[in-house]
Amino acid sequence: MKADPAGVLTGAHYLDGDFACGEGAMAAGCRFTAGYPITPSTEVVERIARRFPTMGGLFIQMEDEMASMAAIVGASWTGTKTLTVTSGPGFSLMMENIGLAVMMETPCVVVNVQRGGPSTGLPTMTGQADMMQARWGSHGDYEIIALSPQSPQEAFDLMIDAFNLAELYRVPVLFMMDECVGHMTEKVVIPPAEEIEIVPRTLTSVPPGEYWPYHVNGKYVPEFARAGDGYRFHTTGLTHDERGYPDMSAECQEKCVHRLLEKIKNNADKIVRFDEEQTDGADVVVVSYGITARVARMGVDLARKKGLKVGIIRLIVVWPFPEKRIRELAGNIKAFVVPEINYGQMVLEVERCAAGQASAICVPHGGGGVHDPNDICEAIVRAAK
Amino acid sequence: MARTEIRITGMGGQGVVLSGYVIGRACTIYSDKHATMIQSFGPEARGSACSTTLAVSDTEVLYPYIQRPDVFVVMSGEGYEKYRDELKDDGILVYEKDLVHPRLKKGQPSFGVPSTRIAESLGRSLVQNIVMLGFFTAVTKLLPEDAMREAVRSSVPAGTEELNMAAFNRGLEYVDEATSAPVVEEVKS
Amino acid sequence: MTTVTQQTEMVAEEHPIAPYLRMDRIPHIWCPTCGIGTAVKCFATALEETGVDLDKTAVVSGIGCTGRVAGYMKLDAFHTTHGRAIPFATGLKLGRPELLVIVFSGDGDLAGIGGNHFIHAARRNIDLLIIMVNNFIYGMTGGQNAPTTPLTARSSTMPFGNFERPFNLPHLAASCGATYVARWTSLHIRRLTKSFKEGIERKGFRFIEVIAPCSTLYARLNKLGTGFNLMRFYHDNAEICHGADTRDLGIDFQNKLICGKFVDEERPTFLESMHEHYNKILGDRYVPIPPEGGMIHG
Repeated sequence: MKADPAGVLTGAHYLDGDFACGEGAMAAGCRFTAGYPITPSTEVVERIARRFPTMGGLFIQMEDEMASMAAIVGASWTGTKTLTVTSGPGFSLMMENIGLAVMMETPCVVVNVQRGGPSTGLPTMTGQADMMQARWGSHGDYEIIALSPQSPQEAFDLMIDAFNLAELYRVPVLFMMDECVGHMTEKVVIPPAEEIEIVPRTLTSVPPGEYWPYHVNGKYVPEFARAGDGYRFHTTGLTHDERGYPDMSAECQEKCVHRLLEKIKNNADKIVRFDEEQTDGADVVVVSYGITARVARMGVDLARKKGLKVGIIRLIVVWPFPEKRIRELAGNIKAFVVPEINYGQMVLEVERCAAGQASAICVPHGGGGVHDPNDICEAIVRAAK
Repeated sequence: MARTEIRITGMGGQGVVLSGYVIGRACTIYSDKHATMIQSFGPEARGSACSTTLAVSDTEVLYPYIQRPDVFVVMSGEGYEKYRDELKDDGILVYEKDLVHPRLKKGQPSFGVPSTRIAESLGRSLVQNIVMLGFFTAVTKLLPEDAMREAVRSSVPAGTEELNMAAFNRGLEYVDEATSAPVVEEVKS
Repeated sequence: MTTVTQQTEMVAEEHPIAPYLRMDRIPHIWCPTCGIGTAVKCFATALEETGVDLDKTAVVSGIGCTGRVAGYMKLDAFHTTHGRAIPFATGLKLGRPELLVIVFSGDGDLAGIGGNHFIHAARRNIDLLIIMVNNFIYGMTGGQNAPTTPLTARSSTMPFGNFERPFNLPHLAASCGATYVARWTSLHIRRLTKSFKEGIERKGFRFIEVIAPCSTLYARLNKLGTGFNLMRFYHDNAEICHGADTRDLGIDFQNKLICGKFVDEERPTFLESMHEHYNKILGDRYVPIPPEGGMIHG
């Protein structure tokens, strides 16, 4: 369906990434947001808090990030599209109920405007060191969807995708911005509502009495019933059967968790998204995401000027990882170069997928700034040898 | 124009960030340039040094931060001291004449304007930054007047457009008067 | 033939609160003489007697013995994470304001790990009925010290007796702004049911504490006998004192238990305050979240 015009601020704007992200959420149909203030993410909810009361949305500042995350999971069960926004320390606190959202199969979106860590780290400066936390941060086995925008425009555009993916797969979608994109102001064009495609919350057509909340009927994603429609369903964070009833058995665990993994894994081809450029005949392929993808392109240009054949993969959806494509490329190239604002996280995934066919070279940056394009160029030069 | 880097600095409360925002809007919404603005985030209490930077380009801006500005707009002495050395050797200095007393360098065209006094003469010292933007438009010729004017009009609070337009024009005209007399000062060496 | 018919009649006889329970999940997990079942029975009776629309009633629990209540109620039921029942329920209520949302959980869940959420929900006057079964101990994990364990009482993590001062929960709730505060024991079946009915009918943050026996752990560790002995203790030591000063409601080990209704007042709820404020400030521009939810669905 098309977006609700009430949430769409159509026009050309000069916006920072945080504001653009908030606009994206509202355009995507988000009408409930709970959050706790944390730099450098707070502007997202400030924007929403100002605009929600005129579009039927509700923002509540909760007492902490655990509460914020729990509240958006609860609110999502009313059929409302929900969002919370945080940065590293708050993201750590949200892990508990991100797991609950995974287990209960609750659509919602969590924005993490990444800053330098660990702990309080660099509150006002950039980082990309929560990428593995996004994948593995909550306990237990699960699959997750995460996106990473490289500009304020993309912060808007990808928020729509994030909400749509959350609905399609009934999974919390993690929006892994970085402070640099969050706090940079650029032109953001917001299209008219009728040009924004929204995946609505689809309510089950099975009548109450016959409905089981986790019955999938051979599909991957169960049909949704919301609270207050007479279904009187039960859902739990415990391992559960198709009725949503706890079942403490290895058999049920296998069935329950396996499907949570498979619904993402088996749809990975549909979810995975990346930009690819000049990888044909390349000796080196640079893999990057977020703000680093922009700086990496400068490094690639410098290397190309030296006559090197360099391709680019820019991750847009970070999780699930484009495993297949990296594996294919690994057979044709010498090396991957992976700059990221951490000491080597996504490079581990590249290395795993390359499986020894090509080397994976990390270009680390501790955070607080972005790479020097020359450092990326140098890494490419070394990799090409 | 490949890439023009701008730094604007002043005291918190002088409208430094709004100035950057107006220039960015003029570039991206009212002309066909790309502009990435970054605010320095820090303990920016009212009265302390505050800064914002812009990378302006005809093509997509990849690197968001500036290295050495081509244009340095200064509204306070403290900001000048903090950032003066990074201005390119042939960079343009635009400064608040009464608050900043720069040590001018050869090769760096420098333009001063008493923007606070002008704003006060208009009845609101708050529009000092808009006077400065008018002056900036005239001396740098980076952006068309109309684009800057529209950017100012659409960035200021509703109801204050007229005052801000007057402030902008005064800044713009100040150059006109001044170009007859030499505004470009250089260190006598 | 006659015998067969009689047998069928026996089977067909249904417990009066069966329509409110997920009978396909019975038997429940609670120990014999546990007080949680009594609280559930009183709650179901209150639902029946108030005649609320069960399709618009949701129950949220956290983790622990009482945390399993949501699992047995035939309502929209959410068994959430440890301590987070109140913020989860806050989202549920604010996301679809027409719902009656009840949080049914234990003392460790709501006052221990969830204590911060408890006080803030009370402060904001979120429209929730909070039923807290207080058995003075962590039951499901095996008898550890709770924020409600009376001084000197033994728990598995205070093997020499508790030396931490426990919460006086009605006082905590009242001082944070709860609009309805009551305490009963699981012996006070009729009074507890009446209190639940009032709680269902009132608005705002309503808090009902139910003192309940845990014979498996609390009674055993403290040599207090069986569930029967604890019920007898409630009989002999519970004093009903409506409107008592909540400062005087602390519970000492094996001492008197002051029960009753302590607070019953009206105060604008979070949503009412929000609507009033935005109507005043924004006027016609204000678009409240619809009672049936702020969803966009096809």
